[in-house]
Amino acid sequence: MRFLLTDEQREFARTLDGMLGASGTPAAVRAWAAGEHKPGRDLWARLAETGVFALAVPEEYAGVGPLPLELAVAYVELGRHAVPGPLVETAAAAAFLARLGDTGAAVAWLPRIASGDAVVGLCADGAPFALDADAADAVFVVRGDTVCRTETHGPVQPSLDPARRLSRPLGGTVLARGPAVTAAAAHAGDTARLLTAAQALGLGRALLDETVAYVKQRTQFAVPIGSFQAVKHRLADGLLALEFAQPLVHAAALALARDAACAGPEIAAAKVAAGEACYAAARTALQLHGALGYTDEPDLSLRIRKARPLRDAWGTPAECRARVLAG
Amino acid sequence: MDLDFTAAEDAFRAEARAWLTEHVPATPLPSLETREGFAAHRDWERRLAADRWSVVSWPEEYGGRGASLLQWLIFEEEYYAAGAPGRVGQNGISLLAPTLFEHGTEEQRARVLGPMATGEVIWAQAWSEPESGSDLASLRSTAVRTDGGWLLSGQKTWSSRATFADRAFGLFRSEPTAPSRGTPAHSRPEPHQGLTSLMFPLDAPGVAVRPIGRLDGKPAFAELFLDEVFVPDADVIGEPGQGWRVAMSTAGNERGLTLRSPGRFTAAADRLTALWREAADPGDTALRDRVADAVIGARAYQLFTYGNASRIAAGGSIGAESSLNKVFWSELDIALHETALDLLGPYGTLADDADDAPAHGSWSEGYIFSLAGPIYAGTNEIQRNIVAERLLGLPKGRR
Repeated sequence: MRFLLTDEQREFARTLDGMLGASGTPAAVRAWAAGEHKPGRDLWARLAETGVFALAVPEEYAGVGPLPLELAVAYVELGRHAVPGPLVETAAAAAFLARLGDTGAAVAWLPRIASGDAVVGLCADGAPFALDADAADAVFVVRGDTVCRTETHGPVQPSLDPARRLSRPLGGTVLARGPAVTAAAAHAGDTARLLTAAQALGLGRALLDETVAYVKQRTQFAVPIGSFQAVKHRLADGLLALEFAQPLVHAAALALARDAACAGPEIAAAKVAAGEACYAAARTALQLHGALGYTDEPDLSLRIRKARPLRDAWGTPAECRARVLAG
Repeated sequence: MDLDFTAAEDAFRAEARAWLTEHVPATPLPSLETREGFAAHRDWERRLAADRWSVVSWPEEYGGRGASLLQWLIFEEEYYAAGAPGRVGQNGISLLAPTLFEHGTEEQRARVLGPMATGEVIWAQAWSEPESGSDLASLRSTAVRTDGGWLLSGQKTWSSRATFADRAFGLFRSEPTAPSRGTPAHSRPEPHQGLTSLMFPLDAPGVAVRPIGRLDGKPAFAELFLDEVFVPDADVIGEPGQGWRVAMSTAGNERGLTLRSPGRFTAAADRLTALWREAADPGDTALRDRVADAVIGARAYQLFTYGNASRIAAGGSIGAESSLNKVFWSELDIALHETALDLLGPYGTLADDADDAPAHGSWSEGYIFSLAGPIYAGTNEIQRNIVAERLLGLPKGRR
């Protein structure tokens, strides 16, 4: 057993972190929230160059995957920088199409996903809204044992995270029907849940880091507020929750890679832990930044607002807890 | 990155499981915190040792199997999954022994470890004092130089199972604290210096042991009154005056990997899940969520520990991270047992020795025991300070 990321995986994460830190990501998030997709799509293309989306696509469709652990490592970094767009949905759609066995759809979409040419939505699990359908080249909608592909959607409805743009998918062409759809959708749901957990983990880490930096320099009563135990203990709890969520995310990715029977509960456990840790980190960030944390202007707000939707997307904590015990 | 066990590790697991299946008492032993239970648990240690299962991670020459950290984790998983008795030798095995391996002499190891491994000598801790808890370095008990050794005097407290134990190890002030230059009179001079780590018999002349009842009344710990108790030089651990360094390595063991292995929590979470399936109202989703959280927490702690074991195997080390462990398992343990008691309803209110106590009282005994977790081995408040200051780099402040 060597339950540690390899040097290569760490290096990949560092590369992504560096690239996203130098790419004006916060401005792209704000533009995305305003419905201007150009900076976000440019960022998407740069991510594709690093090979992120190819990790979700099998080799026979011009990808290098599926590699769930490497994907999870990458999505921690995407979460850390609050990158906008249907990142999870595109990777999950790739998992869906690769598993479905409909060669036509796979040939049409998987190479485009791998290269970053296609931004794809996925609406399943009974979700009424698709994420960022207005920016997507196609949205796959799974209802029961039927999957449709649609390019149209209802009006964009503002969400509590403005960078997550929600709308109802409309109409569409039926692609496939039957048990293969249900099975592929379950696999795609696991993939989506895992990558949402990974994003939440990265987002939580960034929220904690920003807040630690802030309480070291913010002075009240003539000392840094980070020297007060009430502040320290809250941040220590934040770190604790993230540190214990991380191995769950990695183990869940390993289980998905093996297509193990325990993958469902393992992924659900990771989602609960990472989602709750991230949301707690957001609450701590908000509280310890004081009124500053409650304002839109600092880039901190881009992260604080994303924590709760990530906690709930692709399986609320209650749904995931039930899944853990369903075995 | 993988979570795979080698064929040799699987074989080790199978061997441990087979032995435990054959030997674990069908009915749990009486509580470890009673005289009768202590004796029964001591006898169990002897049986473990007879087949070299009492100290698997020690070198073979001291009665162990030279097991790797991962093998030890495997053994612990099997041990608790089998419902085997609590370890009465634990304080010696997981605290004193690693300290002797690191700081002790060859002679001390040869003399102390064998009887520790068999349960012939059970060790108690003598660290805390009535006025020195979290601020351990302020301790006042003294070790005064005498011919061929030291005379120990003072009062130690919260010494687990010292009422029944044979020997103790502790920390004593061997040099009076001298005020260093320029410090104001009210500030404390260098309290970490001049401390010495020593071992002593609890039946020596000058030692008086007064049992202290735990929250449920059982004499789980004791106060020790020491009046010029003679200890030979051979029972000093490390150099005189270097006791703080020795103590901190013991504390690291206590909080870190070796005190509470994940196996006990994964096993308890499995039992909790079984109890929930038997007893719970499926519509009670609040209770369901708490059971799920116990399962998730136990798995997280297991995986976190596998990660640490991998890091150590790769040549790394665990420092202040051990404080994360301690806070996590102690809070998990309480939540898990509270959930079990809630599932048991009125039966969850019975004491462990009640006739109608479910599962031979193991849930209520475990609950009472868990309540001490956030206090011993360095309170969780102290651990959070360590996490904040050493892992997050926050500035030291007033305590």
